[in-house]
Amino acid sequence: MRAYKSQKIQVYTTLTILTLVVMFPIYYTFVMATLNSAQSYSYPPRFIPSSHLLENMKEAWRNAGMGRLMFNSAFSATIVAVAKICFSILAAFAFTYFGNFKGKYLFFGLILITHMLPLPVRLLPTYDMMKTFGWVNTYYALTVPFFASATGTLLFRQLFLTVPTSLADAARIDGAGPLRFLWHILVPLSKTNMGALFLIEFNYIWNEYLWPLIITTTKEMRVVQIGIKILLASEAQAADWNIIMAGTIMAMLPPLIMLLIFQKTFMEGFSMKEEK
Amino acid sequence: MNTKFPNRFMPYFLLLPSITVILIFFLIPTIRSIYQSFFRVSPFGDRRIFVGFGNFSRLFTSSAYVNSLVRTLIFAGSVVVIGLVFCVIVAALLNQRLRGMSIYRTFFIWTYAISPAIAGTVWALMFNPATGPVVYLIRLLTARTMNWMNDSNLALAIVIIAAVWKMMGYNVIFYLAGLQTVPDELLEAASIDGANGIKRFFKVTLPLLSPTTFFLLIMNMLYAFFEVFGLIDIMTKGGPGNATEILVYKLYRDGFIAIDIGFASAQSVVLFVFVTILTILQFKYTQQKVFYG
Repeated sequence: MRAYKSQKIQVYTTLTILTLVVMFPIYYTFVMATLNSAQSYSYPPRFIPSSHLLENMKEAWRNAGMGRLMFNSAFSATIVAVAKICFSILAAFAFTYFGNFKGKYLFFGLILITHMLPLPVRLLPTYDMMKTFGWVNTYYALTVPFFASATGTLLFRQLFLTVPTSLADAARIDGAGPLRFLWHILVPLSKTNMGALFLIEFNYIWNEYLWPLIITTTKEMRVVQIGIKILLASEAQAADWNIIMAGTIMAMLPPLIMLLIFQKTFMEGFSMKEEK
Repeated sequence: MNTKFPNRFMPYFLLLPSITVILIFFLIPTIRSIYQSFFRVSPFGDRRIFVGFGNFSRLFTSSAYVNSLVRTLIFAGSVVVIGLVFCVIVAALLNQRLRGMSIYRTFFIWTYAISPAIAGTVWALMFNPATGPVVYLIRLLTARTMNWMNDSNLALAIVIIAAVWKMMGYNVIFYLAGLQTVPDELLEAASIDGANGIKRFFKVTLPLLSPTTFFLLIMNMLYAFFEVFGLIDIMTKGGPGNATEILVYKLYRDGFIAIDIGFASAQSVVLFVFVTILTILQFKYTQQKVFYG
């Protein structure tokens, strides 16, 4: 829509005000992370950054063992995202290229049903199962239960349905088996979807809180999100917000940077997800 | 659908990884949740007594649980209404063909990458009773002091603000995607007919966005019920009193702290019923949408 000049000004003004409102908490988070201890307690609060960011980050890094936590989060998020992509590509391939094999709709229903079973619905038994497997406080527990993906399966299935049948016919006539067809034709076609799914799932696991909280018990296995809780607990007596916020910034940066760099891929992935 | 590769075993082989994970980590645990909800289990797990619907009648006669249910509904309702109204307006503004909109867009979608726990930390700082900037500004403007550590309604309000803020990115992303489907010609026709910006928004854009709104309604509900655990745990731990003890938080407390397994399992089942209703609604609606489109 073309807008008139007065309308333009209205739109810009409104958006600028709203931007300031929604960005202010993050600006203040940053300011707080740059203050020294005395400044962080000052009243009225200080709204201008100071110069202690690196110190605070070091302190948070040491205090919560951030290095290990960041590694654990990045490692499990990567593993889960990759596994979800592989598992859902295979499943989507099964659903789109093999006609009506027996049990197809049952399996499809099973995959969709994961949407209906968020963790709280099965919290205690899943935890018990981890105990039975001896997986409590391991990377297995942080990753394997997340490997199936209804979103991914739907995403790839939708894409595969748009691939012309003639391609598969040609492949078959040339004597290529289904796995070769998948690897050489479908996988290259799925790159955008794979990218979008990776970002979505990495973000999801990186930001997961409840499961790591109950399933990890030692400092070595904790993840970044729990690191914030550790910082809050260790600093809470004195409420050293400058240290807490320095840790918070570290915990939020990786998925945020990914989002900002790959914003376009992200948006594409989302608009496809919605059409399911 | 026609068979493109005649192979009897291949599809099962391809589905094996996903189905195995789903059976072991989704289906069996859910069935066990339902099963356990009919028993009373001793904290050490060594004795279990069949109590039928005993745990459920305990649930709905427990004032703590009913309170938690009511609090959750208030919380979820507010998150959905405030979030969707705010975000549809923002998205409509961002959708104007004006210079610099892509930068503005970034300002509104980035909270997608923020976790609920981090959103909780950020807003706990903003409303920190001693030196929080929002508390300070309000004191400056109204001379009123506020402390959400002992004001239960305020605590709930702040938790809602944090939750809406975190979900803003997601909502704006989907509304922007939805707005791509609103044809420019319709808006232009409306403006030729003399409809101003606000009228066009209400008469043309909003009705055409209703599929997106419905989708987001469901997603926000699920979010408010299931995904905000970290936010609550960081900000209030369910307090003050039980003011922000939403269902998932209560489930965690009863299951992992009080270790009342039957009671917690019954809570899982109630949540399951709730998700089922939402899913059926979504299914019905999306099918309609296919028919409609």
